[in-house]
Amino acid sequence: MSALNIKKGATSHSAYNLKSGYVDTVERHTLAILVENEPGTLARVIGLFAGRGYNIESLTVAETDHHGHLSRITIVTSGTPQVIEQIKAQLGRIVPVHRVNDLTVEGPSVERELALFKVAGKGDARIEAVRLADIFRANVVDSTLESFVFEVVGTSEKIDAFAELMRPLGLTEVVRTGIAALSRGT
Amino acid sequence: MTKAMTGAKMVVQALVDQGVDVVFGYPGGAVLPIYDEIFQQNHIQHVLVRHEQGAVHAAEGYARSTGKLGVALVTSGPGATNAVTGLTDALLDSIPILVLTGQVPTFMIGSDAFQEADTVGITRPCTKHNWLVKDTDDLARTIHEACHVATAGRPGPVLVDIPKDVQFATGTYTAKTGRRSHYNPQVKGDINAITDLVKALEKAKRPLFYTGGGVINSGDAATQLLRELVAATNFPITSTLMGLGCYPASGDNWLGMLGMHGLYEANMAMHDCDLMINIGARFDDRITGVVEKFSPNSKKAHIDIDPSSINKVIHVDIPIVGDIAHVLEDLLKVWKSRGRKTNAEGVSKWWDQINEWRSIDCLKFTQTGKVIKPQYALSRLEALTKKYDRYITTEVGQHQMWAAQYLGFEDPNRWMTSGGLGTMGYGTPASIGVQMAHRDSLVINVAGEASWLMNMQEMGTAMQYKLPVKQFILNNERLGMVRQWQELLHGERYSSSWSESLPDFVKLAEAFGAKGIICSDPADLDDAIMEMITYDGPVIFDCLVEKHENCFPMIPSGKAHNDMILGENADTANAIQGAGGALV
Ligand SMILES: Cc1cc2nc3c(=O)[nH]c(=O)nc-3n(C[C@H](O)[C@H](O)[C@H](O)COP(=O)(O)OP(=O)(O)OC[C@H]3O[C@@H](n4cnc5c(N)ncnc54)[C@H](O)[C@@H]3O)c2cc1C
Ligand SMILES: Cc1ncc(C[n+]2csc(CCOP(=O)(O)OP(=O)(O)O)c2C)c(N)n1
Repeated sequence: MSALNIKKGATSHSAYNLKSGYVDTVERHTLAILVENEPGTLARVIGLFAGRGYNIESLTVAETDHHGHLSRITIVTSGTPQVIEQIKAQLGRIVPVHRVNDLTVEGPSVERELALFKVAGKGDARIEAVRLADIFRANVVDSTLESFVFEVVGTSEKIDAFAELMRPLGLTEVVRTGIAALSRGT
Repeated sequence: MTKAMTGAKMVVQALVDQGVDVVFGYPGGAVLPIYDEIFQQNHIQHVLVRHEQGAVHAAEGYARSTGKLGVALVTSGPGATNAVTGLTDALLDSIPILVLTGQVPTFMIGSDAFQEADTVGITRPCTKHNWLVKDTDDLARTIHEACHVATAGRPGPVLVDIPKDVQFATGTYTAKTGRRSHYNPQVKGDINAITDLVKALEKAKRPLFYTGGGVINSGDAATQLLRELVAATNFPITSTLMGLGCYPASGDNWLGMLGMHGLYEANMAMHDCDLMINIGARFDDRITGVVEKFSPNSKKAHIDIDPSSINKVIHVDIPIVGDIAHVLEDLLKVWKSRGRKTNAEGVSKWWDQINEWRSIDCLKFTQTGKVIKPQYALSRLEALTKKYDRYITTEVGQHQMWAAQYLGFEDPNRWMTSGGLGTMGYGTPASIGVQMAHRDSLVINVAGEASWLMNMQEMGTAMQYKLPVKQFILNNERLGMVRQWQELLHGERYSSSWSESLPDFVKLAEAFGAKGIICSDPADLDDAIMEMITYDGPVIFDCLVEKHENCFPMIPSGKAHNDMILGENADTANAIQGAGGALV
């Protein structure tokens, strides 16, 4: 048998099809995952994303039903429609996962994030920071003569916008909770 | 029933309640209390393997050949890490097994204690689910839940990690029916989707059943219903490596295995069909080849119990989530109630086309000269063992593909092979697991010499438990499959693909107390095989075969199904007439 005439580096050199399959638009989806609150569940969910190469843009988790031993994980992820479908199906396979809801497609939903901003400054910058915070309905949760800590609640876009405005005014630290989301209505 | 007992006793009690009769295992400090309990009872037989990987593959062989749960028991640390390959193998092939691991005492977890490993952490991605039990009161319930999870829905491996203090402590035993699990995958298919499929069946001119391991996972009812469906519709049927036996190889509608090393007619039919009915297969890359060119003009239906298998690789038009037996039952009902229609005329033309493809006889080979061709060895093995109550396991490589091509399987659960992970070293321990379940059957491991060396220590287990497993080694003194790729794709540069310094297999057999047979002359082969079959005990059969034989047909990756390389002997002159297209 003679060797096949295959160029070096060609896909056919591999046991796999090396070309990536679909070129498709990337969408951003918010998933609500109801899980049994047992050790390792979060590791399973995160391990799934890491192991299968999915993106996590935001992640929040806490027990939401102490009595029923249930926690709610909210993940914002992105991918092609096919990948998003796979992510949901793969999440559904995890044994302690009770339910996966795609808030992006299952009707209207509300999303909120909480962020704390430390802004250090004096003089006009300081006054400007307070003025803008007021417009954003941010609360001042700590203040010293040279700094504020603002608390902002809102959509991720609102928090991004606030961060942009604070940057030239002496923004030194930010912490964000990640997105919490619920579907609207009953 | 609730009862107070030690954790170690609970383990044995829970297994007995689950109907487990054999455990494959290897002791160590962290499981000694459980071994002590095993010693004091007669319900469960413990099989002492020679390596924990062997225990897990043996449990897989036991499970696949019986349709029941396979169980392995290993110690903490190295015992657990040695089990990882077997767990991953079972995950990829959907084999229901339970692995019990010992762990250091709860109060020492996290202290880098002696033989401590983060077993649940390490095995999280290679189990369907796993548990670390920290309280003896939870132990029995967890084992029952683990057995349920392993076998329900898409089967798979589960692991329960049991710290030593939990084994020693006394707690309350929870009986099997103690609590209902929230894990209950959907088994009934959506009736609208099933009806859509029936409508498609009625119209199809070039239909094809593409079946897989899921049929075998689903059980005997699924196999029966599938056979009924094939007979009633007269549609052709092919299967993946994992589904061999779900439809009899002697059946009229059987096209043979499909895929990278599948039969020409099966792959051509996949490429040209207008309705593909996937029943329990997962569009593996050994099947699809390059996805853009995969069966471009067909409507595709997919029946699978795991929603993540659907639309993962190939977009399908009619997805049906459910258990195959349940779905096929409904499918047949709906089809019959609508008048049992098919497009008989179209299907008959389709058969003409298929028979043309069949006529090229892609598995044809000629045995000439004094060297045994591996295809000849397997054809003779098939002819001489077919009438036996036979189970086949394999290792991984060319011999595995030839076994799939040249051996015929009439029933499910008769063919145990590592498909998804492709684990060399699977076959010997798997043959032991199979033989434990089927004491009086003929169990043959079709092996390559390189794979066989990977878990050959298990011959000791075969001897100890008087398991007459036959190790049929196609010895080409090469890592044949690797060598083939190097020949075809890497300019014949045979980098590290020679099996050097091989042992004398006959002497090796004798050293274990087994029988060794060597055969190199085609004229002696039949007698030698008969000697192997009739010998009452384990045999290592060293079958010296052609060293540079290639395994064909083959679809090189990046190519479509109608772009196969055929063997030199295939009747290619005939093939060109087919609608197929270019042959490389
Ligand atoms: C060297 C080598 C070469 C290979 N070449 C080939 C080849 O040429 N051809 C080939 O076919 N394979 C080949 N394989 C094997 C291949 O890698 C895959 O393992 C195999 O094709 C997968 O088989 P399957 O699609 O039947 O899926 P399986 O892995 O058996 O999966 C079963 C599917 O059925 C579903 N299922 C399980 N239980 C149920 C149920 N009760 N009801 C409904 N659905 C269920 C599962 O969710 C899953 O999707 C090769 C392997 C090796 C090592
Ligand atoms: C554990 C493991 N390591 C490496 C491989 C890669 N591999 C696949 S087939 C093969 C050669 C097998 O040789 P042999 O068992 O002699 O079988 P043959 O192909 O010659 O029939 C190798 C190294 C594998 N599948 N599994």
